[in-house]
Amino acid sequence: MKLNGAQILVNCLQSEGVDHIFGYPGGAVLHIYDALDACTAINHILVRHEQGAVHAADGYARVSGKCGVSLVTSGPGLTNAVTGIATAHMDSIPMVVISGQVSSTVIGNDAFQEVDAVGITRSCVKHNFLLTDVNDLANVVKKAFHIATTGRPGPVLIDITKDATIAEIEFSGYPETINMRSYQPEIKVEAGQIAKAVELLCHAKKPIIYSGGGSVIGNADKELIAFTRYTNFPITQTLMGLGAYPATDKQSLGMLGMHGTYEANMAMHDSDCIVAVGARFDDRITGNLERFCPYAKIIHIDIDPSSVGKTVGVDVAIIGQVNDALTALMKALEGKTLGNIDAWWQEIKEWRAVDSLAYQTKAGVIKPQSVIEALYEVTKGEAIVTSDVGQHQMWAAQYYPFDKPRRWINSGGLGTMGFGLPAAMGAKLAMPEKEVACVTGEGSIQMMLQELSTMLQYNTPVKIVNLNNGYLGMVRQWQEFFYDKRYAMSYMDALPDFVKLAESYGHLGIKVEKEVDLKPALIEAFKQKDRTVFLDILTDPTENVFPMIPSGAGHHEMLLAGRDEMASTNDEGLNLV
Amino acid sequence: MRHIISLQLENESGALSRVAGLFSARGFNIESLTVAPTNDETLSRMTIVSVGDDDIIEQIIKQLDKLIDVVQVTNLTAAEHTERELVLVKIDVNPSSQAEIDKHIEEYAGKIVNVSENIYTVEMAGKSQKVSDFLASIDANKILEVSRTGVTGV
Repeated sequence: MKLNGAQILVNCLQSEGVDHIFGYPGGAVLHIYDALDACTAINHILVRHEQGAVHAADGYARVSGKCGVSLVTSGPGLTNAVTGIATAHMDSIPMVVISGQVSSTVIGNDAFQEVDAVGITRSCVKHNFLLTDVNDLANVVKKAFHIATTGRPGPVLIDITKDATIAEIEFSGYPETINMRSYQPEIKVEAGQIAKAVELLCHAKKPIIYSGGGSVIGNADKELIAFTRYTNFPITQTLMGLGAYPATDKQSLGMLGMHGTYEANMAMHDSDCIVAVGARFDDRITGNLERFCPYAKIIHIDIDPSSVGKTVGVDVAIIGQVNDALTALMKALEGKTLGNIDAWWQEIKEWRAVDSLAYQTKAGVIKPQSVIEALYEVTKGEAIVTSDVGQHQMWAAQYYPFDKPRRWINSGGLGTMGFGLPAAMGAKLAMPEKEVACVTGEGSIQMMLQELSTMLQYNTPVKIVNLNNGYLGMVRQWQEFFYDKRYAMSYMDALPDFVKLAESYGHLGIKVEKEVDLKPALIEAFKQKDRTVFLDILTDPTENVFPMIPSGAGHHEMLLAGRDEMASTNDEGLNLV
Repeated sequence: MRHIISLQLENESGALSRVAGLFSARGFNIESLTVAPTNDETLSRMTIVSVGDDDIIEQIIKQLDKLIDVVQVTNLTAAEHTERELVLVKIDVNPSSQAEIDKHIEEYAGKIVNVSENIYTVEMAGKSQKVSDFLASIDANKILEVSRTGVTGV
């Protein structure tokens, strides 16, 4: 069968089982759109900005576990997509981004809408391809999906020249398998390392499991729960890992790190044996590396060897799939006796009693924490929650305990404002039967507002919970603490009337100014099953996120709400962000 | 410490920039880099000299290994190996200095590959340190141009 490159591409995507593509047309991809239009198996979602396309594909991937796909044109189409690609890369999200490119005959001539796409994206993709020959197309698509979805997942870009989409060849079908000598993602867990780890586990008096995004992406929640229950160890989870282990379980200490709970951070600091599961010891977790977990032996389970020993030296490295490693550990523990950790649980109980997430309420003011608590109540903890980036993100992570994986969708690594709304749209398309809430702030939401239009077109009803405090809250908080309350450019004046704005996009808007109206408004919003509802909630503009480990400090030096004066950070800390 | 890292990578356009980009993006040090196809035309051999403590070198090797185009990474310095670097140098030669320059060329087993009016073009190969020693043995004022290849090794 003779097909042109565009038709072959669409054929390949169909063979890959792609059912949603998030994209935006343009000159270089017109042939592809023409072929896509003739294909009924793939739903194309026409976004309003390419960054939105990639975030939506990302949200879709995070919720469904499938590979997200987005399609953009050359030049500005690609550059607009870059923030989305970098976001997915930092959080190891499987994704294939297809970008158009000018014809191979004019590459390098500064042609209209030409940019060096593979050059620009090189450092924020798992891999990328410049495809100029239609004969390579099917193989490259196969490789792209293989690379994006195996090992430590990540985004892969295929940059296709327009002439390659036009050229016709005899198409012999999509390859069923692909073998790449330079890419062998299957890593078998080493028995020797398991034995060493078991030795440490059996002697641990103050063990803790520190689980990250790898437990979610690696679909290891069952094994993680089994291992945690089997060992009776306490468990703390990173921002990216929330939900893999049920937050409401008695062994859960909540989130750790900069805005983690007192019990999680103190337990990390005092622990003598840390089991890191698909987590990468990033700076939000460790705080000051010199003061990080001074007494602990560290067992690190990760699929990516380069994550091991990158910032923190480890004692036992177990390279492989998280679920394989946990299963192997449990098997090796059979018949062995773990140490008695009753005294350790007693210590943890005392830290828990500190109640580090307690906050002061004030009459007549809506506390942002209470909004998240009300959201939890109204959705019975069952919603998929996406967030943008800032204070609201931390409050959502702290006050909405996630009991299942793939329900908490946020940009943890890159910290991309604007992520939440398009990600919520992608999430809703992945799981139309689930309630989806986008927790955001008046700063973040304005970075991707235009997607409200897409959400009407494709009927993706989500509930937008806008914690509107008039400030870029996290910036304001740092300025209050570390810049002598000089609030440079963190106050936003002239905000739009979000209710009218939502209405102008065809959605429902509700403004909440009083605490008594909060819960009824949320209930009303979730009653509107088929409509996107924008809840503009005016919250306390002075509220700060606590607990907090100030930059440069250790886990044991965290500050608690209403109990600690904010100490000025040291010079080293100011270098951090 | 100085390490010589040897890579086999797919001989594809963009592979070199992936390696170079990795070093700059992660702030790794790069002293020299050589690259050419091997006897298998689909593969290139790249030799990189980098300086760093063991942790950094370990990270460099892991990050290189993670690149999709990289087939194999070896730290040559970790085992027995042979390294060579080649230099071409143009030297200003006049009757009064010729004898001494000839002596140094002979001492370092260099080879005069071209002679024009008062100018020698000399080729010399050896370990990097030896190449540096050779260059240092020549009066700096007499050196007109130097081109070193960077280290390659097996």
